[in-house]
Amino acid sequence: MTDRTISFQERMDTAEFRVHPQAHIVVDGAVCADCSTRECVTACPANLFIPTSDGGLVFNYEQCFECGTCYMVCNREGAISWNYPEGGYGVVFRRT
Amino acid sequence: MTAPDVDVVVVGGGPAGACAAMVAARAGLDVVLLERGPFPGSKNMYGGVVYPRILDTLIPEWWLEAPVQRWVTRRSTMLLTETQAVTIDFRTEAWGAPPYNGATAYRPDWDHWLAGHAQAAGAQLITDTTVIGLIRDEHGAVVGVRTDRPDGDLRARVVIACDGVNSFLAKEAGLYEHTDAKHYTLGVKETLALPKETIDERFAVRDRHGVDIEIIGATGSVNGGGFLYTNLDTIAVGVVLKLPKLAAQAQRPEAIIAKMKQHPAIAPLVQGGELKEYSAHLIPEAGLTMMPKMVMDGMLVAGDAAALCLAAGIWLEGVNFAMASGMYAGEAAAEAVRGGDVTANGLQGYQRRLSDTFVLKDHRKLHRAPELVLSDRVQHLYPGMVANVVERMFRVDNPEPKPGLRRIVTQERQRAGVRRRDLLRDGWTGFRSFG
Repeated sequence: MTDRTISFQERMDTAEFRVHPQAHIVVDGAVCADCSTRECVTACPANLFIPTSDGGLVFNYEQCFECGTCYMVCNREGAISWNYPEGGYGVVFRRT
Repeated sequence: MTAPDVDVVVVGGGPAGACAAMVAARAGLDVVLLERGPFPGSKNMYGGVVYPRILDTLIPEWWLEAPVQRWVTRRSTMLLTETQAVTIDFRTEAWGAPPYNGATAYRPDWDHWLAGHAQAAGAQLITDTTVIGLIRDEHGAVVGVRTDRPDGDLRARVVIACDGVNSFLAKEAGLYEHTDAKHYTLGVKETLALPKETIDERFAVRDRHGVDIEIIGATGSVNGGGFLYTNLDTIAVGVVLKLPKLAAQAQRPEAIIAKMKQHPAIAPLVQGGELKEYSAHLIPEAGLTMMPKMVMDGMLVAGDAAALCLAAGIWLEGVNFAMASGMYAGEAAAEAVRGGDVTANGLQGYQRRLSDTFVLKDHRKLHRAPELVLSDRVQHLYPGMVANVVERMFRVDNPEPKPGLRRIVTQERQRAGVRRRDLLRDGWTGFRSFG
């Protein structure tokens, strides 16, 4: 048995997500544009907040654990609109 | 006024919701249990140990049927520095036989099983349904919930909000005065596959016996803790991280787990484990400090939604508090419906039950512990100080004679930069809350 380093994408692919076509979390890029602290980028366990080279922020909702960390650590009013996905969608844990 | 569709709507099919629905249904009430996932437990994740004795009255001999991975017969608490480990290790055969003590279990299994008992009692389980808000009457009393189904309003005499750590229902109702990130920790975990024989050998256990290891000093500059539990043929390894501290530095959660897994005392235990599932969840960590009002006209709040989670260092419990508070909420709802008074006054039996039992007694007794355990001194100074004291106690420096323990402690306290009065104060706080 050897320990293999896995990519973050491989890590996320170990969990099941039933992706709804519509995002349950909406991030307002305009509010984030002048945020220099970006707590969400470090704290989101699914690494869904990705800074872009032009100083912006891209958010992907598809592999979200629905934990709530992002809106809890965010210091910008109105930056993150956070809801649960529609019933039956989102993360499905198995051995947690 | 529109007539209620049912007596009780329970929101959330976790352990609090399942027990609330079970008890209310057994009392003869018409109960609906709503779950937003495809099955109860599908959204749920935790550190890893359930203490199920509260089920003795609800499900006699629950251990014969509960979906348990292993019975915890060995508990270790570790203090780590980069190169040292001090471990207090306890084991007893007693916890490997009925009525047992702690059990490791997968929450999707455990919660699903418990909800099955609610259904068997007559509660109607509706999955794949997210509650999007409360229905309130002109006086502000809760009279039902809105769901995301077409024509999804569901009116009830009593709503029991068991909607978890983010409880948008308790927040919408104004039951939380304020919420503060510093009262929450993020739990992240890896479930790693290892053959059962390997786990038995590495952790020195047999049959269905298992291990629960709590770790302090493994989360770097982020205040928190680590954990390692054995399931039957997987192990669960992870960390809990104080949110503001996590957000204020650059290391990501999975990197903090990776670092802990490389520690010389941890690496041999986890080596070769293949990642089966990565997961994360928030934990309401601050006990009494953060608890909301739990009773209002037409609604009760239970489980994580009411911050009923005990994160007191050597005691880390949540599922038992959820099951108990759910059970008491179910009893109080039945009492109120039968008595024809579902106002906050009619529902006060819930608050009384919480106050008279371990649910709030443990929290009152340990109310200083969560803050102490996550304090900078306990997190960043004491592990090194203790490890150095132990190292010098056991180091044989011949021809130097053995130094006295008092001198070692004083020197190491000073070296760690800990003031004597702070050490005494923390010791006294710990003694008072744990003693």
